[in-house]
Amino acid sequence: MQSPYTRLTPLFSILGLLALWSVAALLTGDAQVLPPPWGLLGPFQQELASGELIRHLGATLSRVIWAFCLAMILGVSLGLAMGRSARLNAWLDPWLVIFLNLPALVLIVLCYLWIGLTEAAAIIAVTLNKVPNVAVVLREGARACDPALDALGQVYRMPWRTRMRHVLFPQLAPFIAAAARSGVAVIWKIVLVVEFLGRSSGVGFQIHLYFQLFDVAMVLVYALSFIGVMLLVEWLILQRLERHVSRWRRA
Amino acid sequence: MIKVDIQSKSFGAVPVLGAIRFDVSPSHTVALVGPSGVGKSTLLRIISGIDTDFEGAVTRPENQAVVFQEPTLLPWRSTLENLRIIHPELSKKRALDMLERVGLGGAGALFPGQLSLGQQRRLSLARAFVGAPEMLIMDEPFVSLDPETAQIMLTLTKELIAETRPATLFVTHDSREADVLADRVLRLQTGSQGAILTA
Repeated sequence: MQSPYTRLTPLFSILGLLALWSVAALLTGDAQVLPPPWGLLGPFQQELASGELIRHLGATLSRVIWAFCLAMILGVSLGLAMGRSARLNAWLDPWLVIFLNLPALVLIVLCYLWIGLTEAAAIIAVTLNKVPNVAVVLREGARACDPALDALGQVYRMPWRTRMRHVLFPQLAPFIAAAARSGVAVIWKIVLVVEFLGRSSGVGFQIHLYFQLFDVAMVLVYALSFIGVMLLVEWLILQRLERHVSRWRRA
Repeated sequence: MIKVDIQSKSFGAVPVLGAIRFDVSPSHTVALVGPSGVGKSTLLRIISGIDTDFEGAVTRPENQAVVFQEPTLLPWRSTLENLRIIHPELSKKRALDMLERVGLGGAGALFPGQLSLGQQRRLSLARAFVGAPEMLIMDEPFVSLDPETAQIMLTLTKELIAETRPATLFVTHDSREADVLADRVLRLQTGSQGAILTA
């Protein structure tokens, strides 16, 4: 059971950050360079009322969801296969190392050059950036699986689906959760770069626009709004899901 | 009927098992004894079909059950689910009856982590017997239990074997367990080309 002090610590921490920001803004003394937190309320309300903020948040969120789902499906499958098969791992490990070390920007530019400035290119670029990370985490997960439970499935002739659902995936759940949470955090940052370079909608596109206009307040409004969305995803979906799959540990 | 006809089993260049041949008839119980590290567990893994990398042949019935040295339960599923996932055709009533039979009445909703080691071993026994196996393999099923619990488990196992009558092969280091459960005792001993059976 957490004490009230422990529960309130994150709130105090955020308030501390806001206080630090306010002091920095006051010391800067130029709202064009660093507006104070309360200086963003006006631009935020204006963008919200015009519908622009929702439209661009929606576009970015849609790309994040597509890239996240594709990266998780491909990364989990690849990591699982590499963790279970030493031969496949020997073949694919050098590829994985290359893709892990390939800068995100290079993949994004190449996808736009080869596929064109399209939605598909944007999502593929983000997906390819994330798949190697997910695969590495899941490969470790697959290697950590208990061979005794494999033997159990074998001697009792459990069907493939049952083994996946009741034996394999529960063991991989902590690894999938770790990959998902770090995945969401990384993917939305890459999506912003993709939008910055080659899309005409989304938070990244708006940041590009207001960067050219040197409007720091609007850049912060869009960036902080999307951070807010991702925090909601983290608290309302990912953390709840993680608590659900690991409930047996707390029993 | 279990028919074992192994010519050899090795790990790389190291021979583990030599020529081993024996049968276990239906409703008969055979104890396998021998020093630690001689290859008893390897032999059980081959007979139960977990290890298929050996020279020879093993004939076994379709419906088999294994009681592992560790309880080997699904810790993320409840006690009841641990029975019904392994035996999907099992009715809830039959599963609850079996839990009651092994002394786990009322524990159906608990996770294995909430059970003691003795209770986990009971669940492992219930999982093995509830499918009415034709062949039962047990690898030191009472190891790490206190003498009193081990005695209770031994009696329970004897009763369940008498009710279900599978062809049973089990590994033990305890001559008392062999005396209580087994119709026949096989001794595995180190030979020049891997472990072999002696009288």
